[in-house]
Amino acid sequence: MTKAAIHVPPKGGFSFDLCRRNEMLAQNGLKPPCSFKKTGTTIVGLIFQDGVILGADTRATEGPIVADKNCEKIHYMAPNIYCCGAGTAADTEAVTDMVSSQLQLHRYHTGRESRVVTALSLLKSHLFNYQGHVSAALVLGGVDVTGPHLHTIYPHGSTDTLPFATMGSGSLAAMAVFESKYKEGLTRDEGIQLVSEAICSGIFNDLGSGSNVDVCVITKGHKEYLRNHQQPNPRTYVSSKGYSFVKGHTEVLTTKITPLKEKVEVIEGGDAMEE
Amino acid sequence: MASKQHANWSPYDNNGGTCVAIAGADYCVIAADTRMSSGYNILTRDYSKICKLADKCLLASSGFQADVRALQKVLTARHLIYQHQHNKQMSCPAMGQLLSNTLYYKRFFPYYAFNVLGGLDEKGQGCVFTYDAVGSYERVVYSTQGSGSTLIMPVLDNKLKAPSPLILPAKDAVTPLIESEAVDLVKDVFASAVERDIYTGDRLEIVVVKPDGIRREFIELRKD
Amino acid sequence: MSIFEYNGSALVAMVGKNCFAIASDRRLGVQLQTIATDFQRISKIHEKLYIGLAGLATDAQTLYQRLVFRHKLYQLREERDMKPETFANLVSAILYEKRFGPYFCQPVIAGLGDNDEPFICTMDSIGAKELAKDFVVGGTASESLYGACESMYKPDMEAEELFETISQALLASVDRDCLSGWGGHVFVVTPTEVIERTLKGRMD
Repeated sequence: MTKAAIHVPPKGGFSFDLCRRNEMLAQNGLKPPCSFKKTGTTIVGLIFQDGVILGADTRATEGPIVADKNCEKIHYMAPNIYCCGAGTAADTEAVTDMVSSQLQLHRYHTGRESRVVTALSLLKSHLFNYQGHVSAALVLGGVDVTGPHLHTIYPHGSTDTLPFATMGSGSLAAMAVFESKYKEGLTRDEGIQLVSEAICSGIFNDLGSGSNVDVCVITKGHKEYLRNHQQPNPRTYVSSKGYSFVKGHTEVLTTKITPLKEKVEVIEGGDAMEE
Repeated sequence: MASKQHANWSPYDNNGGTCVAIAGADYCVIAADTRMSSGYNILTRDYSKICKLADKCLLASSGFQADVRALQKVLTARHLIYQHQHNKQMSCPAMGQLLSNTLYYKRFFPYYAFNVLGGLDEKGQGCVFTYDAVGSYERVVYSTQGSGSTLIMPVLDNKLKAPSPLILPAKDAVTPLIESEAVDLVKDVFASAVERDIYTGDRLEIVVVKPDGIRREFIELRKD
Repeated sequence: MSIFEYNGSALVAMVGKNCFAIASDRRLGVQLQTIATDFQRISKIHEKLYIGLAGLATDAQTLYQRLVFRHKLYQLREERDMKPETFANLVSAILYEKRFGPYFCQPVIAGLGDNDEPFICTMDSIGAKELAKDFVVGGTASESLYGACESMYKPDMEAEELFETISQALLASVDRDCLSGWGGHVFVVTPTEVIERTLKGRMD
């Protein structure tokens, strides 16, 4: 095919054609960005009496600055499987999206509910292939035909199978709560309570984590995504007067106003074409 | 051993935090958050960054708090000597010069401290001095230093400078705000900075210096 | 110096009531030297969809060309304009494809979707989407912009007030950033019209 076809999409995989140039720029003293958007994060998961509960905070950081105060870190994998992501935001997002589409295709093919181990294998083999350069640290949880499962996946592709797990920069703060309070056979409410407490511990004691608590409860044949289950950090002060700028406050050099055309809607007539 | 091993000695840390000071006609507002952090950890949520050097002169500093403490100790000692020698307290501009000299004295092993000095001058007017780590300083109307300074500075500019910098003559050297408005502005800019700067938070300490004395006030900030 | 600071830029987008505004500075520099003072950083994809590209200008222009190309292909194939959400996913996919050799630019996307719902979004240089309901910022002045917007933004502003707010936030921020400035360029898009203004600002 001709050159133009290079830009046309569906091939997948990474493209490395800017690597040489970027290396050259780096050699000329123009540093490549060292920090992409990170989810300096607290993510947790635990197994309770009838399933799995996942939890996450909602802060995304870029260095010392909060890039997103209310992002979603619990990603959909399959109707019965969800996955929390920590690490580079683009990587966690891309890797979970990719695997969730593979799982969907697999379900179309087999006509059966996805298994957590399938998701686990797909994720870990992808991450292992990239030798840790795809920096995603994940907590994968779900309930399938073989019961509830909880796994952690490290950026290099190694995995753990655990009754309770934490990941991200706030993992120690959250694990402290789990280690002191987790027991087998928790009820649903106790589980949610413990997960929220662990996430809050990350939110308040780890600067990389913050804002709200997201929780996802997965049980046999049912799931419940509690977005912003707790919002322990509202804005503390709002100026009594606020900012109001009157019209003409800003000095304008030129103004151009373009009216937008009304969209013509085509209404199907009574005697439209027969099929 | 082929190559010489260099010790990886780094004597500095950054404990974060933000300081703001605004000078008015007969008052000066000095504010700082009370969080002290290191890396992703909070060391304490209740550490005052504001140090009273004289009755009408306060120093707010962020940066490396060990250096800040050392600096405060030096200044307090120098001020005590001054009081013994002159039988009066140092004026704020005099303290400003002293701070500059103290910082520059350590030009090649600086105090890692970013200071704002606020208070009242001899005429009872509000005054603010802003510094870099090695003692370059300037008397200004308002200033901010520390981890959240880049977030706060444009807002203060917008509120306290002439509507457009292109309009001449520029506004007076002292802010047209009254005291309560200045305190409100400080609270607002901190509430905003805390939303986006991870090193600022927990509590806001506001000190208002007026000819008849000092008033201290606290408000809560986000704790995450 | 980071490669993102080579040309200097400031970008911000805000949501109002059934409308949005997107604004940028006008400076193009090579480090501290100013090259152009009327640089277009915000480009139109279609009538109700705009993209601003902060960062390295050469990559911004290349990326913009690829995006226009892909949008035209979509128009030919589907006989309609892209929804802002779809477009954001497209940009994200194109950026993430180059995960290990990225384009050095940070896009800010703003558009009106179906039923004239405003949509704003920003990404890092490898396509991590950040969807916000209030405002998004980008470029070398992004920290200043975060502070300014966080103080000045109010929800549900009408077009005129939105224009004043975004302009003041932009001008206040670029005045504290050495690498961006020379006035501003603001687009305010309502369901019925597009108001495009250039702002007077400091020329230093």
